[in-house]
Amino acid sequence: MKFAIIVFPGSNCDYDAFYALKNIGYDVKFVWHKNTSLDNFDGILIPGGFSYGDYLRTGAIAKFSPIMKSVIKESKKGKVIIGICNGFQILIESGLLPGSLINNSNIKFISKQVILNIKSSNSVFTRHIEGKQLKMPIAHRQGNYIANDKILKELQDNEQILFEYANNPNGSMLNIAGIINKKRNVLGMMPHPERASDNILGSSDGKFIFESVLKNYA
Amino acid sequence: MKAKIFIKYKEGILDPQGTVTNKALKSINIKGIDSIGIGKYIEMDFKKSINKDNATAIAEDSCKQLLANPNTETYSFIIED
Repeated sequence: MKFAIIVFPGSNCDYDAFYALKNIGYDVKFVWHKNTSLDNFDGILIPGGFSYGDYLRTGAIAKFSPIMKSVIKESKKGKVIIGICNGFQILIESGLLPGSLINNSNIKFISKQVILNIKSSNSVFTRHIEGKQLKMPIAHRQGNYIANDKILKELQDNEQILFEYANNPNGSMLNIAGIINKKRNVLGMMPHPERASDNILGSSDGKFIFESVLKNYA
Repeated sequence: MKAKIFIKYKEGILDPQGTVTNKALKSINIKGIDSIGIGKYIEMDFKKSINKDNATAIAEDSCKQLLANPNTETYSFIIED
């Protein structure tokens, strides 16, 4: 399975994602944000970081990068798209996922290991890991997920909440750590599975998500 | 011609900066403040060829497309000569 990792000015988890996907057996390539075609890829990952220095709002400027038009186009074809941390913020700003990510309720940048519950196994990202708890780090200041009642109800009714925090670190509504779109091919999550993909990093639970996608593709 | 643009959180959106700043003002004994909201202030200078109607349209378009997040923020602006 060929995966593109999009690189923006200010991305800083691109190499972590490359390492994690490569080790699992993906064919991985970096794609600079000025490129305009993603035709040759089966999946797309938007990594964490501080695209455009987080100027104005996190993800707000990145959504106008040329590559984002292709990301939206490929998402409509049903290709797998994963946005992690800043990548999640970019997917939200681009309208591929609903809601907003605002300042953490304690106004601090939080960097620590968290435990995630898998809320739904009805997705390519979680199909093979039902009932597991996953340990991986978060590292963000704007990860507090909010949405209006209508969106929250839809997320629940359609099983779009995949991951929830066991202990809510940032104030997110419904303890939301990661959601998917209605079509179930676009995942956005604040925790970093790519930074938990090797035992030497303190956890390798993040691998389960990428492995689940690969198993589903095969 | 200049636009002075104000962006603030919608009511009900958590504004930790405002809350903390309000607490700090209370702690230095400044009284009478109910709440504080902290937003963004943007100044936009227009090219000489732009008239007031154009400026209004440009500021409106900029706010809608990029400067404000319609989910969480509201915007307003004034155009000045």
